[in-house]
Amino acid sequence: MANKKILISGNEAIAEGALAAGCSFYAGYPITPQNEIIAYMASQMPERGGVFVQAESELAAINMVFGASATGARAMTSSSSPGISLKQEGISYLAGAQLPAVIVNIMRAGPGLGNIWPAQSDYFQATRSGGHGDYHCIVLAFASVQEAYDMMQLAFDLADKYRNPVIILGDGLLGQMMEPIVAKRISPIVYRSNKQKKWALTGCKGRKPNIIRSLYMSQDALEKSNFSLQAKYQKIKKSEERYEGWFLDDAKIILVAHGSMARIAKGAVKALRDKGKRIGLIRPITLWPFPAKIFRQLVMENKKLTFLAVEMSFGQMVEDVRLSVNGKVPVKFFGRSGGAVLTAEEIIREVNKLE
Amino acid sequence: MAKIKIDREKCKGCLLCVSVCPKGLITQAEKLNKKGVKPAQFSRRAISSEGGTPLKAGKKGGACLGCSLCAVICPDCCIEVWK
Amino acid sequence: MIKKINNHPKSLRKIPTHYCAGCGHGLAHRLIAEVVDELGIREKVIAIAPVGCAVVAYDYWDFDCSEAAHGRALAVATAIKRVRPDNIVFTYQGDGDLAAIGTNETIHAANRGENLTVIFINNAVYGMTGGQMAPTTLLQQKTATTPKGRDQKLHGYPLKISEILALLPGVKYIERVSLHSPQEITKAKRAIKQAFTNQIEGLGFSLVEVLSSCPTYWGLSPNQALSWMREVMVKEFPLGRIK
Repeated sequence: MANKKILISGNEAIAEGALAAGCSFYAGYPITPQNEIIAYMASQMPERGGVFVQAESELAAINMVFGASATGARAMTSSSSPGISLKQEGISYLAGAQLPAVIVNIMRAGPGLGNIWPAQSDYFQATRSGGHGDYHCIVLAFASVQEAYDMMQLAFDLADKYRNPVIILGDGLLGQMMEPIVAKRISPIVYRSNKQKKWALTGCKGRKPNIIRSLYMSQDALEKSNFSLQAKYQKIKKSEERYEGWFLDDAKIILVAHGSMARIAKGAVKALRDKGKRIGLIRPITLWPFPAKIFRQLVMENKKLTFLAVEMSFGQMVEDVRLSVNGKVPVKFFGRSGGAVLTAEEIIREVNKLE
Repeated sequence: MAKIKIDREKCKGCLLCVSVCPKGLITQAEKLNKKGVKPAQFSRRAISSEGGTPLKAGKKGGACLGCSLCAVICPDCCIEVWK
Repeated sequence: MIKKINNHPKSLRKIPTHYCAGCGHGLAHRLIAEVVDELGIREKVIAIAPVGCAVVAYDYWDFDCSEAAHGRALAVATAIKRVRPDNIVFTYQGDGDLAAIGTNETIHAANRGENLTVIFINNAVYGMTGGQMAPTTLLQQKTATTPKGRDQKLHGYPLKISEILALLPGVKYIERVSLHSPQEITKAKRAIKQAFTNQIEGLGFSLVEVLSSCPTYWGLSPNQALSWMREVMVKEFPLGRIK
């Protein structure tokens, strides 16, 4: 289990990270720009004792994940924006049946077929429960290939801990980018025991039958189930907010960005700091729960702050920033969409307009 | 000597058992059960399908054979058969 | 001294079902439970219930069960069986579930030759939602969405999914049975047992299409419904081994 330095793409790091985290079931359907994940799983999953299925559609893939997860296996699927729209049915069922699963969305630009260039315009879909019903997925966003790899362990752990679907939200830029990472090369897959998952379908030997369901025919029963989901979401909100802060102590302007935009924003922050500008950055790592606490805290400490959300969309995450600061300080937005990636120079120009 | 027992409270009154009894020993009860349906009932004496006039056992129908056709066709597991 | 000769299947809970009087679902549930008992596999079975009238089949069977979204039962089953090949996995699906919204999942699971058992209930109508046209609705049959009867020019023909599936090399066994008489019910049970035995022996995809009655949405009494099956339905959907 020696650590190993490897050069790998973001997509491959996701697959390798999932295998290292004990993922033993993958089902997917090809779509650009995430095809390296399905190809990596096709070659590695059977080698290491897991199950790989190329599904006939994204619908089938997410429902296969539902089945595998129902048996207690760590299961995942991956896709990109249009494919993730198709998976929403299954994600709603996973949430309703309280099944753990990991769903990777390497976002491309939309709406519709859009194009295959990177975007962050599925933020609403991921964080607002993209399917029907009152539910939330935990949403994690990585900003480097190493973080993609490490995040898979966290994703599966959170999914199991809360019996909840977890979405990994990346974009085509991060998926295709290659960087050296330190990986634990684990083979075969280390299975987590099913014994902790007393709810799993394994055959009813020596116990009462288990049922995996999201259907509750009576209003009372469904409301009760929904109350318990809400209680779980509150618990997650309380304990799982994650972010990376940069120069928050003395900043007067704070950029807010996730994923690859955060990396580019960091370049802008660095250049502006070099010129003596008091600027910082918050990079939300959990997009749901959104790391609202740090915003509230900063606003309490300093009433003269300005936030600037930068996104590869026409303004989605910025709504969470506004909700977090609750009108106490100005929140500005700057973004591009349709596959266009903001440059550090564009961000610097926008920051300079603020004063 | 065979017999059947019909769970009159579980019975939904579909009367499929009536149609398959080779001896005509199953009829619909006059009295409603708690579901509000008239369930099937077993009588040791055959009852003609037309007028409900009891026939003598051994003539048209005769005694229950314990053939289980009624239990086989019952969609709700309401019939126990003794033989 | 006479003895009780039929016993309530162990794999079927002793609770009343929500099905209408004369509905074939109760019968089909019982036959599966009897087969599971006779094969001694209750503790290994994992069932997948459909969306449709049988959506709460897991309330009636006494073994492990999962729900599946409408039409997705065979995707769910594929994964369960692949992850746990020693369990006996079956889906229970209606005509809308298996042959309309889930046709893709059905054909591809069959084509992959998944070692699964499928019990396909064909009653030629959507029961749960109020009697609309199913893919298997007969020509001229009146439903809530074919008020003048199914017209092939407007609605196409009754879909013979079993015959389509039989063309696929991955499919091991397909038989069409009917629940319209005690004799046919006995044959149906034999076919269901075969489909489970095939899975136990690792032979591959096995499907039993069960013609079943829906007196409520056919607008017939339970007995008339069985007559209609015998006289009309089996002409469109001939019984017997298809593959």
